[in-house]
Amino acid sequence: MATTAAAPTFAPEKAASYGSSGIWSWITTVDHKKIGALYLYTALGFFIVGGIEASIMRLQLARPNQHVVTAEVFNQLFTMHGTTMIFLGVMPLSAAFFNYLIPLQIGARDVAFPRLNAFSYWIFLFGGLFITVPIFFNAAPNGGWFGYAPLTTLQFSGGLNIDFWVMGLQILGISSLAAAFNFITTIINMRAPGMTLMRMPIFTWMSFVVMFLLVLAFPVITIALVFLLFDRFFNTTFYAIAAGADPLLWQHLFWVFGHPEVYILILPAFGLVSEILPANSRKPLFGYNVMVYSGIMIGFLGFGVWAHHMFAVGMGAMADTIFALTTMLIGIPTGVKIFNWIATMWGGQIRFTTAMKFAIGLLALFTIGGISGVMHSSPPSDLQQSDTYFIVAHFHYVLFGGSMMGIFGGLYHYFPKITGRYMSEKLGTWHFWINFVGMNLTFFPMHFSGLLGMPRRIYTYDAGQGWETFNLISSIGTAMLVVSTAIFFVNFWRSRKSGAPAPNDAWGAGTLEWSIPSPPPDYNFAEIPVVTSRYPLWDLKMPERTSGIQHSRPDDMAITGAHAVAVHEETAYRSAKELGIPMPFPTAKPMVAALGILIGFCGILLTHVVPFAAGIAVAISGVALFVGTLYAWLTAPLE
Amino acid sequence: MASAVAHAPPEHAPHYTSTGLDHRKIAIWAFIGSECMLFASLISTYLVYKGRSVSCPRPHEVCTAADGRVFQPILNIPVTSQSTFVLLMSSLAMVLALAAVENKDKPRPANPTLGYRILSSSKLWLAMTALMGATFLGYQAYEFTSFVHEGLTIHTNLFGSSFFTLTGTHGTHVTVGVLWLLTLLAIDFKRGLTPKDALLVDICALYWHFVDVVWIAIFTLIYLIR
Repeated sequence: MATTAAAPTFAPEKAASYGSSGIWSWITTVDHKKIGALYLYTALGFFIVGGIEASIMRLQLARPNQHVVTAEVFNQLFTMHGTTMIFLGVMPLSAAFFNYLIPLQIGARDVAFPRLNAFSYWIFLFGGLFITVPIFFNAAPNGGWFGYAPLTTLQFSGGLNIDFWVMGLQILGISSLAAAFNFITTIINMRAPGMTLMRMPIFTWMSFVVMFLLVLAFPVITIALVFLLFDRFFNTTFYAIAAGADPLLWQHLFWVFGHPEVYILILPAFGLVSEILPANSRKPLFGYNVMVYSGIMIGFLGFGVWAHHMFAVGMGAMADTIFALTTMLIGIPTGVKIFNWIATMWGGQIRFTTAMKFAIGLLALFTIGGISGVMHSSPPSDLQQSDTYFIVAHFHYVLFGGSMMGIFGGLYHYFPKITGRYMSEKLGTWHFWINFVGMNLTFFPMHFSGLLGMPRRIYTYDAGQGWETFNLISSIGTAMLVVSTAIFFVNFWRSRKSGAPAPNDAWGAGTLEWSIPSPPPDYNFAEIPVVTSRYPLWDLKMPERTSGIQHSRPDDMAITGAHAVAVHEETAYRSAKELGIPMPFPTAKPMVAALGILIGFCGILLTHVVPFAAGIAVAISGVALFVGTLYAWLTAPLE
Repeated sequence: MASAVAHAPPEHAPHYTSTGLDHRKIAIWAFIGSECMLFASLISTYLVYKGRSVSCPRPHEVCTAADGRVFQPILNIPVTSQSTFVLLMSSLAMVLALAAVENKDKPRPANPTLGYRILSSSKLWLAMTALMGATFLGYQAYEFTSFVHEGLTIHTNLFGSSFFTLTGTHGTHVTVGVLWLLTLLAIDFKRGLTPKDALLVDICALYWHFVDVVWIAIFTLIYLIR
């Protein structure tokens, strides 16, 4: 069965006949690959929305005293830009990779709970629409992506704007938590025989850390949002200063969530880069163990630094000192990762694919953002920079220069696996360079406008403060980003149908996902492989490359059971039925259950518009739909 | 490499898990980890806001309102001690229910004693657990209504907001647990739970014990410590 000699044959026409298509098949799918694709397309859609919001803001700020939009609309724009890019752009783009890659990388046929996985997607889509659609009615959230209470309480923020934000985030939180339980179980319990934790691909490892961050951070913002929801709808006093409430309660709860969230956004990109660099440097990742430990360390320390977002509120010397020190400390594991990536390239036969360019771009740009982050970790310095454009520059270097560069790299790298075709390297190179230059033109001058005192979130500014040139350069850079992103979308769309055909192993990489056809059949692995090292496919095809890393001794294999087969390349497309592999039934129940939750929240929102009892009746009908569907779901067999 | 390894009948593959545990068991532990942070946030908020209310009533102190009305300490510790006892005993019933399901395939003695018959009835212990959970909820309903009569609602003051939200969230968890137990009981009546179903009872039991443990923290921190 180990077809070492057989050349991988590409059969796109056969792949296309796989599974059914049409809207209904997408609504009822429980296949992790299709759900990953749904996440990808939805998130790219929201990414465009967030980009348009940013472009309008840069248009407004290009010159002093411009009035393209009003102050109120500007508030909605910056709130929705942040909320969209974080919760509806980067997080679900990472989720697309979690869905698509984790089962393939660990040699599994699906996730642990395929229907729960579909539920996560639908609840994400509904939550995303719930929070985004109001912008067309001039009622979008307008209190910043951090939604500081008491500013966001009914007393200071009337109208439905903040209601959409509070409940939209609550809905999205359900999606993230459900996905995290699912992937923790998948990674712990569904690894192929022989794949010990320390043999997992680094992307899976970083995702594993992210899942723990999600599980531990999201409940905290859930509670902060419940308090705000109760304050706004049931007249409680959590954020009512007149009743003695602490104005910092929200900030603490929010940032206890908010700082781990930063690592939720960056670690998946780190994981992708750790796959791209070894594949294109044609040598194993340098210092695998230390990479894993630093990822865990980042996740662990990520919970101990939240108050560095609050240096300006005056917490006192002791608190400031402690949080300054923990913040400086977290730079260490991050720096270790940067050096390990550089050492991975050192002495390798580097191939500058588009994905590789983006990965190296991440190294450079994230390092700049990391260094300005270390600058903020010092409270006296942070006091000067707090709430200025310097901060905007910093976090765009880590989130755009870091997360998005990693995600773009990941898209170029894994596109052949997902579609069976390569994206155009020529357009990809144009995308990278215009993106790289545009990104620096947009965000580097913000360091200067920030240090010159330009505050964040102002909707316009007067001339004569030395900010004009920097703002104009930033806006020109944004125009370049729009062009580069357009090139990406053209490339993405055209390559789906007309890119060069890709074999199983599009880049000569060493992990399991490359041992199966591109695109993979719905069961992924016809036979579950047995893994003896971190790069099972290199063991098979290029053993000299992995001779330096640890392997199981042959007698260890006995422990993993006699039912498994060694790693081999699978080339044939056969149906699951032919192979006798039981597949989960498609079902729309997860979507209906998600719909029940959406209706429930809409009911609570309606109490602000229609009589209280009518709104509550709608909410109860939503809950009833959810519970009823849940019972039907749990009593129906999976496969 | 290939010659050393036997071929697998594909249908064997789905039974393999890396840890040997069922997926649901791992998922419920992850869920409980998440719930710890949920209750930690609620309890922390209660403690941060302790003593900061600007109006009456208060949990442990006599309080005189601006209009001269005098409010007695509102927490009724003897009554809540009773409901706490009932809830903690429900964990014992839960343990017995799981044991009864796990031992169902053991050979039955020819003349089982009454004690044996009681201990081996999964229906009895599931029903007892649900009943004790429901009793706890009844106590909580009584407590909430009497507080409202004494002038404490969710929007009276910081104490009211944080108290009702915390204990209400816990009560919601108990309600979900009771519904879960009743569902298991219905399955037991319909087709009988067998040792193969022990996992279904096991994950419900983990949830139930967690909800009890959280109540120990709440009862100690909110009721007992002044």
